[in-house]
Amino acid sequence: MKTFFAAATVLWAALGGIPVPGAAANLFESDAPPKPKGRIDELVFAKLQKMGAEPANVCSDGVFIRRAYLDVIGTLPTGKEAYEFIKDQTPNKRQALIDRLLERDEFVDYWTMKWSELLRVKAEFPINLWPNAAQAYHRWIHDCLRQNMPYDRFVREMLTANGSNFRVGQVNFYRAVQNKDPQTLAQTAALTFMGARAETWSKERLAGMSAFFSQIGYKQTAEWKEEIVFFDPDKTASVTSNAVQQAAAVFPDGNKAQLTPGRDPREIFADWLITPQNPWFTRNIANRVWSWLVGRGIIQEPDDIRPDNPPVNPELLAYLEKELVANHYNLKHLYKLILNSTTYQLSSIPKTKSPEADANFARYPLRRLEAEVLIDALNQITGTTEQYSSAIPEPFTFIPEDQRSITLPDGSISSAFLEMFGRSGRDTGLESESYTRITADQRLHLLNSSHIQRKIETSPKLAAIMGTNPAGGGNYGSYGKFGKNGKRGGGGGGNASNAANVTEKKPGEVVGSLYLVILSRLPTPEEFKTVTEYFQITSAKREGGRDLAWALINSAEFLYRH
Amino acid sequence: MSKKHNSNSGSRISRREAVKRGLVCTAGLWLTDRLGFAAPTVEPAKAKAKSVIQIWMWGGPTHLDTFDPKPDAGSDYTGPLNKPIETNVSGIRVSELLPETAKQADKYSIIRSMTHGVNGHETASYEVQTGRKPGDGKVYPGVGAVVSLFKGYKAGYKGLIPPYIVLTQPQGRFSESGFLGSRYKPFATGGDPAQGKFAVEGVVAQGITDERQQARRKFLHELNSLEHATKDDPQMVALNQADKQAYDLILGDAGKVFDLAQEKDEIRDRYGRTTFGQSCLVARRLVERGVPYITINYQGWDMHKQIFQNLGRKMREMDKGMASLLQDLSDHGLLDSTIVWWGGEFGRTPKVQWEPPWSGGRNHYGKVFCHVVAGGGFKGGQVVGSSDDKGEEVKDRPVYPVDLIGSIYQQLGIDTEARLPHAEVVHVLASAEDGAKTAGRLKEIM
Repeated sequence: MKTFFAAATVLWAALGGIPVPGAAANLFESDAPPKPKGRIDELVFAKLQKMGAEPANVCSDGVFIRRAYLDVIGTLPTGKEAYEFIKDQTPNKRQALIDRLLERDEFVDYWTMKWSELLRVKAEFPINLWPNAAQAYHRWIHDCLRQNMPYDRFVREMLTANGSNFRVGQVNFYRAVQNKDPQTLAQTAALTFMGARAETWSKERLAGMSAFFSQIGYKQTAEWKEEIVFFDPDKTASVTSNAVQQAAAVFPDGNKAQLTPGRDPREIFADWLITPQNPWFTRNIANRVWSWLVGRGIIQEPDDIRPDNPPVNPELLAYLEKELVANHYNLKHLYKLILNSTTYQLSSIPKTKSPEADANFARYPLRRLEAEVLIDALNQITGTTEQYSSAIPEPFTFIPEDQRSITLPDGSISSAFLEMFGRSGRDTGLESESYTRITADQRLHLLNSSHIQRKIETSPKLAAIMGTNPAGGGNYGSYGKFGKNGKRGGGGGGNASNAANVTEKKPGEVVGSLYLVILSRLPTPEEFKTVTEYFQITSAKREGGRDLAWALINSAEFLYRH
Repeated sequence: MSKKHNSNSGSRISRREAVKRGLVCTAGLWLTDRLGFAAPTVEPAKAKAKSVIQIWMWGGPTHLDTFDPKPDAGSDYTGPLNKPIETNVSGIRVSELLPETAKQADKYSIIRSMTHGVNGHETASYEVQTGRKPGDGKVYPGVGAVVSLFKGYKAGYKGLIPPYIVLTQPQGRFSESGFLGSRYKPFATGGDPAQGKFAVEGVVAQGITDERQQARRKFLHELNSLEHATKDDPQMVALNQADKQAYDLILGDAGKVFDLAQEKDEIRDRYGRTTFGQSCLVARRLVERGVPYITINYQGWDMHKQIFQNLGRKMREMDKGMASLLQDLSDHGLLDSTIVWWGGEFGRTPKVQWEPPWSGGRNHYGKVFCHVVAGGGFKGGQVVGSSDDKGEEVKDRPVYPVDLIGSIYQQLGIDTEARLPHAEVVHVLASAEDGAKTAGRLKEIM
């Protein structure tokens, strides 16, 4: 542990020795203009050139490691991980990091969360899955992502599912709706897998698609709240709604379907949907993955695909689609392709300041961290936990405090922080349900709430870095992640909250470590000077360190993906 | 800027698309910030009320033991509470546990025939506060969110205190703002106004002096390197705006509204030094500052077990706070422009469950229950509707949630026919065509 912080200090000193004019800009990006690395970059840069816009420079290593962690695994790098990456001299270290991140457990957790928003995994109101069905649904998604199930199979399994809501997780696709009528189910399938808002379609077109979802039966069992979802051929006759007529099963592209009695029409629909030729299917997922990583869809909003909302760069989207098809809908392939592109690795500092340049990916857009990622990051930095609750008093909804927010299985399990920071309500499956714009009450909370203040003051991790005792006493357990993850941490961790360990630390060591842990980088000489001056005016040393942690947590650099 | 402006949950459409679908009305009926249009407006001439204080009786208060006593129903119904008391309005009697509130009866009207028939907390809370039944694919906003849409920032409200406040914890049963999104959620104060200093989340940080706040603010500004490097980015502009608003509350005068030390001890004592009592006092101060909607989320009314033991303490606290609030609003000349709305999601079973484990408890009861309204143009000293002699059925003049909510909107000058910001045609209030049960506005007390 000591060695790590000492080494960090040395590195800082080395960096500090280099005179860097305009350090703030160079902190975030390289000096050289970006070079295209592959087809993505060629297509993006060509479009920008045509527009007369200039792409941003490539981001710095400190920016990259933070960005990649947040985007790929929804998790902040530890100080040690950041330090080692920045120090690493291997030329392909970014590519190696991407490969490592895609294999992390948190990758599965984070993207399960994302899918749970779109697939509306929520126990109660207005989606009524019930807690153990929500858990089963979440578990199924988690399993699929862990084995990297090809996306077309993932979709087909949901669309054609039959069975118990408690035992066959994916049947809950047909229960995670506010209404189980064929039209609502068709709209839900269109939104989720075609990126289309079917409520804006013509009545006939929606009715044609609804017919595929008109033979789904739901029945109760002796077990409380268990529900079986099944193909019910007898339902044909009972469909009396004017809008939905069994005879009129028409695919959304206008082709009539051949329904065979006894065959589940959902299978016929799924087989139509999950082909490379389908005009929505591949386009929808390619565009979504791009928007999740790059921060904005090639078609924007990513779930509003329609003829009068064209892609800003059709060739780029076509290329991503082609890659996905050629790689059998392996989404990780697409992630790698995008993450390794220069386009993804551009800095956030614009060369051409215009909404059009931004819409064409001339830089990486600033985005406030999602509620879950933000609270997990705060807990990781401070070594504190969060209290969750659910309005539904069921044993399945009890959640231990040290569970990370990104792993919460059920939208009904939440916390005041998650609600304030715009966690997805999981009510509609729209991408825009997760809310990331800053508001005054969020700002108040971060700057001045007892919640955040307590985290900083009682943090055993921050206290160990600052060489002080955490406030409030109590046993905070052994001091965290560096010890666990690092080879050197073995002996040092447990002593952190020991008074004996409270020794005078050099400001360079304290400041360098806080920067690494919170911002995943070391301070610039200017920043270091500002901090040491501040430390001199604050009376108590403990307050100085805490105020620094507070300031870094409240900086745009911490709060925004950049 | 490439940031997606996903400012709200719920469906979103672009302006161009809205035009295409013919949703853009020149008269400005379709009023939404999402499309960047002008704010919704109230008709000031018709508005009698400016603010609402909602005393939300979380869990469902018993109607028989509060404002609809049935002394003649027998002890299986009344338990030990069979001696209701006269109020200052002849002919109106309330529970013997409400001696102070009884003296204020000329200021409020009791609705004894509220009904929706739902016995589950979530659905009943939703129905009582949205006037909608769940299940049509949309999550509707509650009254507080609708009021903050029509009377909040987009409608010219300038206060730094958010327009929709909840004292002290959010309700949690449903999303108060529904499809209007986080922006219309209430600001939950946290803290406890009965403590020495009311530590309103974010506004008052214990143990941090104003000097240190100033120094920290400057320090943060100096260290905000990314913000300096991306200054004109709309995200950074929004962050700075939020920052300024936040500091106006932390260090400016705006936050002083929560400082109860500015009130005389005598006043504070009158309200009762309880969380509920002091919340009522804070609510009055917020109304003075023009905050349009305040919910006092009053927990602890889901009394399944040993209700008569629990009611003693709880009712004393409620009685003191509510009576003082009514008197104080009146003394400050605020009652005419402030609606006080008391009620929960349902009542409780009139017949007492004596057997264990309830040992004298009451269960959920949505068939008939009571609510109370005062001020803001509502007449006092009246009773609307009635329940039967055991308090089990509506006897006369049912009042459905839409009827009460519609009446409140009307007093506030909110056009119930106006459209809410949604891709589909959605009106402020559900109508009979939407399938809502209605028996008409509360004309008798308006």
